[in-house]
Amino acid sequence: MDIFAQQILNGLVLGSVYALVALGYTMVYGILGLINFAHGEVVMIGAMIALAVVSILLSAFPEMHPLLTILLAGVSAILVCMALAFLIERLAYRPLRNAPRLAPLITAIGISILLQNIAMIIWGRKYKTVPQIFPTETFELFGASITSVQIFIITISAVLMTGLLVIVHFTKLGRAMRATSESQRVAGLMGINVNKIISVTFMMGAGLAAVAGILIAGNYSVVHYSMGFMLGLKAFTAAVLGGIGNLGGAVLGGLLLGLIESIGAGYIGDLTGGFLGSHYQDVFAFVVLIVVLVFRPTGIMGERVSERA
Amino acid sequence: MIRKRSFAIFIAALIVAGCGAETETRDGKKIVNIGHVGPLTGSISHLGKDNERGAEIAVDEANELNLVIAGVPVQFRLLSEDDEANPQKATVVAQKLVDSNIVGVVGHLNSGTTIPASTIYFDSGIPQISPSATAITYTHQDYETAHRVMANDEQQGKVLGDYAVKTLGAEGIAIIDDRSAYGKGLADEFESAIKSAGGQILTREFTDITKTDFTAILTKIKGLNPDLIFYGGMDSQAGPMMKQIKNLGLTSLFLAGDGVQTKQFMVLAGAEGEGAYASSPGLPLDQMAGGKEFREKFKQIYREDIQLYAPYAYDATFVMINAMMRANSTDPVTYLPFLRNTDFPGVTGRIRFDERGDLKGGSISLYQVVNGKWQYVETIGGAD
Repeated sequence: MDIFAQQILNGLVLGSVYALVALGYTMVYGILGLINFAHGEVVMIGAMIALAVVSILLSAFPEMHPLLTILLAGVSAILVCMALAFLIERLAYRPLRNAPRLAPLITAIGISILLQNIAMIIWGRKYKTVPQIFPTETFELFGASITSVQIFIITISAVLMTGLLVIVHFTKLGRAMRATSESQRVAGLMGINVNKIISVTFMMGAGLAAVAGILIAGNYSVVHYSMGFMLGLKAFTAAVLGGIGNLGGAVLGGLLLGLIESIGAGYIGDLTGGFLGSHYQDVFAFVVLIVVLVFRPTGIMGERVSERA
Repeated sequence: MIRKRSFAIFIAALIVAGCGAETETRDGKKIVNIGHVGPLTGSISHLGKDNERGAEIAVDEANELNLVIAGVPVQFRLLSEDDEANPQKATVVAQKLVDSNIVGVVGHLNSGTTIPASTIYFDSGIPQISPSATAITYTHQDYETAHRVMANDEQQGKVLGDYAVKTLGAEGIAIIDDRSAYGKGLADEFESAIKSAGGQILTREFTDITKTDFTAILTKIKGLNPDLIFYGGMDSQAGPMMKQIKNLGLTSLFLAGDGVQTKQFMVLAGAEGEGAYASSPGLPLDQMAGGKEFREKFKQIYREDIQLYAPYAYDATFVMINAMMRANSTDPVTYLPFLRNTDFPGVTGRIRFDERGDLKGGSISLYQVVNGKWQYVETIGGAD
């Protein structure tokens, strides 16, 4: 079996999830210039809600088709996360829209801590296990093993990301979003309901986050109230790496970060002659980020400002 | 004037009341306070409560014996505190206990809380016996007050290393640890045991307790094709790790320490946990010298099963009382040397301490997941 192919595959799976979450960061930043640090927690809430719904369905209707179970869990998680994002924006960020930039940023961090603690109170401190709904099948691909869940992750992520790009670039709603990101004032003067567009942007990001949460829960079979925190940071890194505010950049940054982490953890020991071990996995990813930012402060695709959504 | 006198009477009354409540029972017995600390709230509160109950049974039984120390009848009292498994809280409650005139402490439960608290007990000269802290550091600080009634991670790492090479026949071995005091300590001991047993360490990989994705390091390990993967860490990581090992098509054996020998591991690993090995200090309850009897007793009193370490807390408490009896004193300074020279037939086995306060000849038991349950394999060491 080919170790390198396997590491690439691991990186793609990890990167797809980062990309999905990074899109939420980048969309909100594109419109509001706000780093929504609570976004990682929305991922966690999505995973928790999906798990709760799956558990209820499995005990109430054990005969139900597994696909339907997952679909129902997914839809409820997406709806709850969208509602949550709407509320966060409406209650926490909108009153601060004209405040100095630091105020909403700190509010975002506060919301993140708040959501983590609420989740801890509701779902407890223990790692919770996700029931296996489908039997995991392992396939061989270019000498690497891939599970059915991983194939599902890559496919769903690709579909959703393409869908989002289509919405933003080829629909009326997308045009309104792009206009709002250019200038809220002018967009408002042109008859665009700016508040509505901002809410929709938050909700779309949250929907993607909910899906990311479900994919993570399905892949690793565990959920925990703190799972969103590090993931949020990584996705934020991915967004910055690709050029924050740029949708294509978020996707590219996410995939790149996944690959860098995976290859870094796999080869860093051999490359440095055993001097650095796999505990430098995260360090490696962040060093790449710093290097990119030193040479390209706007990120890899950051210069195409006009495409900001 | 009247006010002054009443104030003096008030103070005198306070002193008398204080003396009565703190040092003597109504029937004239001298009260001896023994502290107990464990996490009584939080995610492992069930284990903390379990320890507390073990100590409680010991104190109650000792009181029924109407013991006399230095010519005075004594009544033992357990002062139990909650450290929330939090190292900072542990030092706070340790100080609180020291200030409440305890003569010894049974606790704490976790290594992470036992170690910082041990400094406070040492500074105050209070003998400490942890029922369940296994990190090496605890007894390697040269504190003559620190003791434990369970094999430490050094002993555990050695036994696991020997077992991996000699019994499981593993030659190439990969080690992963979670960089925690416990995980790293155990993995270090395991590594040196493998080397002295003639095994080969193919790689040493690292993760941390926030991660659930181990595919990158596992893929690297797969390329090295080891006979066995050892994990120094807890069940929360080991569960998902086990799934990923199977998903990547690795066929290596999986071995871990007591942090993984839990029900939670089985829940998290699911069907993929099948075949995993893990160790746990001490004997299974059924094979302990007084295990069955203690189980019955515990169940009769609390109408619940023993969770995990209650027999150790029970023994720790009795070992402490036993040392006071032999020293014929409840003064910590006087009975501490007697505690070090303990040779006590406990429920968990024979208890003796070495020069560091570690359990002499502590045994380690090995378990394997068979049909979704931890099945006892064998016990190594101990009973010498």
